[in-house]
This record gives sequence, structure tokens and C-alpha cells, in this order.
Amino acid sequence: MAEGLRRRRLAEALAALSLSGPAVFLMILFLIGPLVVVALLSLTDYQLGAASLRYVGLGNYVEMFADRVFQRSIQNTLVYVAVVVPASVGLGLGAALLIEAGASLRAFYRAVYFLPVMATLIAMAIVWEFMLHPTLGLINLTLREFGIEGYNWLQDRRTALFTLCAIGIWQSVGFNMVLFMAGLTAIPGDLYEAAAVDGARTSIDRFRTVTWPMLGPVTLFVVVITAIRSFQIFDTVQILTKGGPNRATEVLLYTMYSEGFSFFRTGYAAAVTVVFLVFVLALSLAKTWAINRRVHYA
Amino acid sequence: MRGRPLGPVGALLRHAVLMTGALLMVTPFAWMILTSLKPQAEILVAELHFLPTRWAAVENYTMAMTRVPMLRFLVNGVVVTSAIFVLQVVVNLPCAYALAKLRFRGRGVLFAVILLCLLIPHHATAIPIYILFYQMGILDTYSALVLPFTISVFGIFLMRQFFMTVPNDLIDAARVDGLGEFGIVWRIMLPTAIPALIAFGIFSVVAHWNDYFWPLIVVGSHELYTPPLGVAFFRLNDQGTEYGPLMAAATIVILPLVGAFLLAQRRFIEGITFTGMKN
Repeated sequence: MAEGLRRRRLAEALAALSLSGPAVFLMILFLIGPLVVVALLSLTDYQLGAASLRYVGLGNYVEMFADRVFQRSIQNTLVYVAVVVPASVGLGLGAALLIEAGASLRAFYRAVYFLPVMATLIAMAIVWEFMLHPTLGLINLTLREFGIEGYNWLQDRRTALFTLCAIGIWQSVGFNMVLFMAGLTAIPGDLYEAAAVDGARTSIDRFRTVTWPMLGPVTLFVVVITAIRSFQIFDTVQILTKGGPNRATEVLLYTMYSEGFSFFRTGYAAAVTVVFLVFVLALSLAKTWAINRRVHYA
Repeated sequence: MRGRPLGPVGALLRHAVLMTGALLMVTPFAWMILTSLKPQAEILVAELHFLPTRWAAVENYTMAMTRVPMLRFLVNGVVVTSAIFVLQVVVNLPCAYALAKLRFRGRGVLFAVILLCLLIPHHATAIPIYILFYQMGILDTYSALVLPFTISVFGIFLMRQFFMTVPNDLIDAARVDGLGEFGIVWRIMLPTAIPALIAFGIFSVVAHWNDYFWPLIVVGSHELYTPPLGVAFFRLNDQGTEYGPLMAAATIVILPLVGAFLLAQRRFIEGITFTGMKN
């Protein structure tokens, strides 16, 4: 009997091994391995295609933090995140609350706000470029109707980064909106009745006493994923500004891309990747913490 | 906010604010489509005109399809996204089943590693995978576009959670009927997992149809361009002056996903919210 049980256990373990084997192999090949390699490469002077490489310790990091381009890159990325996150989360929450506040045209609004999330960003970036054209673009032509002189939005150092922020916000509001809507429908209706009994009269009262406390954990979660997504800004920069004018839109992933795949300074690009990774991992840990908090509340 | 319906003023305000927002949201789409219908001469006058006076839809869309091999790009997009999704199921579904339903040593460790791998953004692994493919000589191939995404720790996680809810009796009954573990995975678990697979499939197809970063890095030949690379290439090719055809090309690239979304909004929104955990 014990022998039979052991054999069954063994068969089960062998089955598990063969079922999970391919996934584990690919996980090592494409996730864990590359992560280790990128950390090690950042300590070398490796250039793609070079026959040899040399250990340079923290040389890449020293060079990087002293480099004006990299400093601009970090700074621009942080500005981008700092603008896009509050705007996109705030507008997403506002849209969700307003849509849920009434019954009419609900599905219509939800679909329209969600549209930019689905649409290929690269294609829409090209559309934005045309709309932002200094003389032929819809935006400056509209402004001119009101007697306002528009900018050369994407080519002006003062406006380029904020223009990319606006595109980023436009693209991500709908995503945050649906996450908030999911959070709103999870709030039990009797809480509102209880609040009404306790004297919550206006919509603002109800929002303050029920909706906001119940949405708190969802909000935290949405803030963190928006921050992670914003850190990964790349497409619009690569196609619209190439980091310019004068490095005004140089961002982390674009620096990594141009060092690694245009100049083939692989070791240095690996160091940039490590910095990017540290930011995203820190945010991801915050996200895990936010999910756990959400579970406690729900 | 629920609990009490809005008064007439409130309802009016709600529509006023939401309509303004909706207008801002659709303007790029509307402008893209309107421009794709106008002849060059009407686009280049620096005045506001919404509708074309002469319709140039046929010219613009013909040019978008023929100036660059747009059809080829679209086919590439379909081939790459479906290859990725099919391989993701083949690789990750059995692993998810093993994690959810089989007892073996190291299961806890494996699951912990998968949770940690969930945190890795795919941009971070780009350089080493590029070097690997360079050494293997498979840069600039379909394999390079597909292989890195065959492993989806997110897919494993999602399907494992789903399989945890499948009753063990179902599996035991299949074993009594003489079905092996592979048979159980593909004949019992796969059909029960269809709802989860649809959500994951939507997430996967949307992500990879729209992906620009990885194809940009590994692909050089036009024959392998995916739709985002294709529309970027079209813009470059034109020096960005032929706006009519360019907007037609953009419309063509976003149409498959946006069209599918408009036809099955609820499924798409559920799929994306459900999978919103990732990134």
C-alpha cells in the first residue's frame, strides 16, 4: 500500500516536471538569465560585436551619473511621471464617478473614453504630430480662431515634454477609468443607505464618507500602475522627438535604446537599464503592498 | 455615486462635462479619419475645414496600401500576435495546471519565483535577449519577434488562479477514466479555462499588436515589419508631408483592434480590467 502511494507520488512529480519544464526553461532563458546578465554587463565595457570585454567595476555608473544627458533623462522621466500620474488618475476617477452617477449614455461614454487605450499608440502619435503641426495642425488652427498664437509644440524646448505628457494622459485616462469603475461597483449599496441614515445628505457627503474611503486602496493601486506605465514612456519620444529638442524630451528608456542599439555601448546601456529597473521594481513592490491592502478592505 | 438619482440640473451638468471629455477623446480619431478623406490640396491650406469638399478617400487609401506593403505588415501583425498567443497557451497552461493541481517538491518555490518574475518589465531584458539572438543568428526573423513572449508568467499566474477553482473531483474522475496528465490538461482543463483564456488572449493580442519597442529593436527588413513599424516607416518614407495617405495608413493600423473593441466592448473592458494587474 505504502509502495503504491509512493509510486503514485513519484508519477505525479514526474508529470509536474514535464508539464512545467518548458515554462521553467523559458523563464530562465528569457527572464531570470537576462536579468542577471544585464546586471553583470553593466560592470563591463562590452560593446555589441566586440571580441572581448573588460571588467570596469562601477565605471559605467560613475560616468552615467556625471553625464549631463543622463541627468536630463532622469529629470525628464520624473517630470513626466509627476505630471501624468496625478492628471491621469484624477481624470480617470472623475470620469468613473460621473459616468456611474447616472444611467443614460453609460456604455457610450465608457467606450469613448476607453478608445485611446486600445488604439495603437504609434499610429495615434503620428496623428497627434499632425494635429500639433505649427501651421497646418488642428490645434494651432483652432487657437488662431480665438486669436491665440500657438507654439511649435513638439519642437519648442518649453513645450515638448508637456506635449508628450498630454498625449500620455489622453491615452491612459480610460484605463484608469475602468479600474475605478470596477472598484465602484464593488462598494456595497447598503453603505450608502447607512450613511444616509447617519445624515449624509449631499453627493459630497456621500463621496467623503463612503466612496472615497472605500476607493482608497484601489486609488493607491491605480496610482502605482500608472506610475510604472509612465516610467516606460518610449514610443512617443522615439517617433516624435528623438529626445529633442536639445534633450528636452530625453527619457530613461530612450537613453537606454539609443546607447544600446544606436551606439552599441552595451555595457553603458545595461547600467541605464539597471537604474530603470530599480525605479520600476520599487514601484512594483509598492504595488504588491497596495494589492494586499486592497484585499484587506474588500 | 449611487444611492440617489441626480436632479435635472445634476444630470445636465454630468452630460456637459462628460461630453466635453468625450469630444477631447475622439478628436484625434475624427481628425485622422477626416484627413484621410481629403485631397492634399485641402490639407495644405492653413484654414479650418472639417469636411472635405472633394473626397479623396480612394486615392489616399490606395496609396496607403500600395506605397508600402501595408497588407504584408498587417499579415505580419496577425501571424506574430497569433503565434505568440498560441505558444503562450502551449507553454504556460500546463505549468499553471501543475502548480494548481499536482503535488511536487519545489512547487512553493516555483510559484514564488513566478510572482517575482511578474515584476520584471520586458524592456529590462531587451539587451541580453538581443545579444542572445545575435549569437544564435536569429535577429531579423519571425522567431525573434515571437520567442521572448512565449513565456508569460502573468499567464501562468492567471490560469493557476483559475484552475484552483476547478473541483478536484473532475480531475479524479478523468484519472479513473484512464486519462493521463497531458490528456487532462488539454481535454479537461483547456475547455474549462476558455473564459480565462479569452480575457488573457485579449490582453495578449492588444499588447503585441501595439508593441513598438521590441520589433523596432530586432527587425530590420521591411518584409518582417509589424503594423506599428509599418506606419512609422510610412511616415518616414513620406518625409511626413503626404498627410492624407499617412492618416489613411494610421486608420488601417488601428482599425482591427478598435473595430473588435467596438463590437465586443464588454469583453474587451473586462479582459483589460481583469488583467489590469500587470503593468
